[in-house]
Amino acid sequence: MDKFTTLTGIAAPMPLVNIDTDMIIPKQFLKTIQRSGLGKNLFDEMRYTQDGQEIPDFVLNQPAYRQAQILVAGDNFGCGSSREHAPWALLDFGIRCVISTSFADIFYNNCFKNGILPIVLPQDQVDILMADARKGANARITVDLEAQTVTASDGQSFRFEVDPFRKHCLLNGLDDIGLTLEKAAHIDSFEKKVATLRPWA
Amino acid sequence: MTAPRTLYDKIWDDHVVHQAEDGTCLLYIDRHLVHEVTSPQAFEGLRMTGRTVRAPEKTIAVPDHNVPTTAGRDKHIDNEESRIQVEALDKNAKDFGINYYPVSDIRQGIVHIVGPEQGWTLPGMTVVCGDSHTATHGAFGALAHGIGTSEVEHVLATQTLIQKKSKNMKVEITGSLRPGVTAKDITLSVIGATGTAGGTGYVIEYCGQAIRELSMEGRMTVCNMAIEGGARAGLIAPDEKTFAYVMGRPHAPKGAKWEAALAYWKTLFTDEGAHFDKVVTIKGEDIAPVVTWGTSPEDVLPITGVVPAPDDFTGGKVEAAKRSLDYMGLTPGMKLTDIAIDTVFIGSCTNGRIEDLRAAAAILKGKKIKVKRAMVVPGSGLVRAQAEEEGLAQIFIDAGFEWRLAGCSMCLAMNPDQLSPGERCAATSNRNFEGRQGRGGRTHLLSPAMAAAAAITGHLTDVREMMAEEV
Repeated sequence: MDKFTTLTGIAAPMPLVNIDTDMIIPKQFLKTIQRSGLGKNLFDEMRYTQDGQEIPDFVLNQPAYRQAQILVAGDNFGCGSSREHAPWALLDFGIRCVISTSFADIFYNNCFKNGILPIVLPQDQVDILMADARKGANARITVDLEAQTVTASDGQSFRFEVDPFRKHCLLNGLDDIGLTLEKAAHIDSFEKKVATLRPWA
Repeated sequence: MTAPRTLYDKIWDDHVVHQAEDGTCLLYIDRHLVHEVTSPQAFEGLRMTGRTVRAPEKTIAVPDHNVPTTAGRDKHIDNEESRIQVEALDKNAKDFGINYYPVSDIRQGIVHIVGPEQGWTLPGMTVVCGDSHTATHGAFGALAHGIGTSEVEHVLATQTLIQKKSKNMKVEITGSLRPGVTAKDITLSVIGATGTAGGTGYVIEYCGQAIRELSMEGRMTVCNMAIEGGARAGLIAPDEKTFAYVMGRPHAPKGAKWEAALAYWKTLFTDEGAHFDKVVTIKGEDIAPVVTWGTSPEDVLPITGVVPAPDDFTGGKVEAAKRSLDYMGLTPGMKLTDIAIDTVFIGSCTNGRIEDLRAAAAILKGKKIKVKRAMVVPGSGLVRAQAEEEGLAQIFIDAGFEWRLAGCSMCLAMNPDQLSPGERCAATSNRNFEGRQGRGGRTHLLSPAMAAAAAITGHLTDVREMMAEEV
């Protein structure tokens, strides 16, 4: 997993609420057995017509946002299916940070496993960043994970909360499984204990 | 004496392997369910790092999302990508020695139907799967939730998950349901009341008389859609109905182990005075048969209602409602019962169990469908066999339904069972998202009985009127 430290980039505005993972990556693209290559199908049904032509109105098709690295999105982003293909597609497109008033639980978890930082901010602050994102490619937003701040193009800065363990993993690009395997002795003794307490499990 | 605990607190406490100073826990996983779509990259990850599956005996795999529901699929799957995924699961199950129900096995079906059916899911367990509808297993008083593929790999390698505890939420359904109202109407009504983000950060415990009165099948329907309300998991405390359902299943404990298990399971309830961070109470009598009108599961209305206008909403929901109405091709003020239906889909992990098929067949008996296409996809091969034995299959076939093989099918339309653009479907599944059942397809979620009623009349219909006819 790539580290996430600081990021200054173009933010694309997606104010729609309840953007679900079916929208982020429709099911026909879940048939892959790879993690890579999904970026071209990110938001596929919003982004392309049935015959594969780009829909010019869609934000990521607009010249200003083709290189976006941040999404500023409406409430409850990433709801629905648990498909990790959603963060894989975002990452493959180049998105490393999503800012919203709330995220669905599984999507939120999945982001951290892939070096994407989901940031929750209050509505008034998301509104300011949304307005900033609407200014186009010249309005760059800066995210600093160490300092836990998001800074708009006019210098206004907002602090966000992030779980310390997840922050640590993201800052250092750590592999969860490796960390857990260091606790193998704890797992062994738990299994031994449960074999007596709950032998049917 | 310990402080009073919720059911969630108790299951959580019994599965903590390690707790860090910041509260991050390593939680032990008792059952890991696996399907073909969200697992290939996880197994690949194990191979690349030379890791193994820590507890293959606690890992259960079944192909369901991709598989065709037509005959001959055990010989050949036409779609190459689907075939590759199913073959990858065949190989991974064999290579890593995990429990497996291939397409050719009569026990194959939707993973959330197979788990309980085979007795893998037991009260007080932690159950995970790379699928958001893992919440289903909460009906047994098991802590069950969906995970992403990275976490699938984590569980395969370590039999644990890194977790922070969620908050406790109580959803109480008091009193009894009225005739024609089902578990599906409960769960949709709760989401209608709380919104799709109302449960975010919580584990919900469903309780109250109306929940107690539900069968295990109905309880699974309720918990299944906890995720649609944003919750990490849904739970229902186990009781005599739970124990009766579990007893004798192939992987349920037997003999002395059964007795020991039963004694433990009877401790799995929320203590008097335990704290809930959020409480929602709905009167069972107030719940009507409901349908969805929009493209979010929170867009729920009683079937007696009318299509809402964007101005009926506030905030970001105004634009969302406009978009939904446009996508769904509906006009504000239109009666829901005037919405014409092209297709009816009965099935899914929400409503693909025997009780669901019985409820639909009871409405369909001796009738013919008026919709263009109607399909029943039983949740498992065993549900299908039982429905055939009970004569339900013949009722569906005589009415004009297609009688399919088990799988997820048109709930997410990864296999050939899909809607065409503009095609309008009354579906017993769980998501009415844009494009969910096929690009441009329009989905109205409802109960199996309501789906059957729509199949007969060709439009959304209040099933209670049909029940009145029969009296």
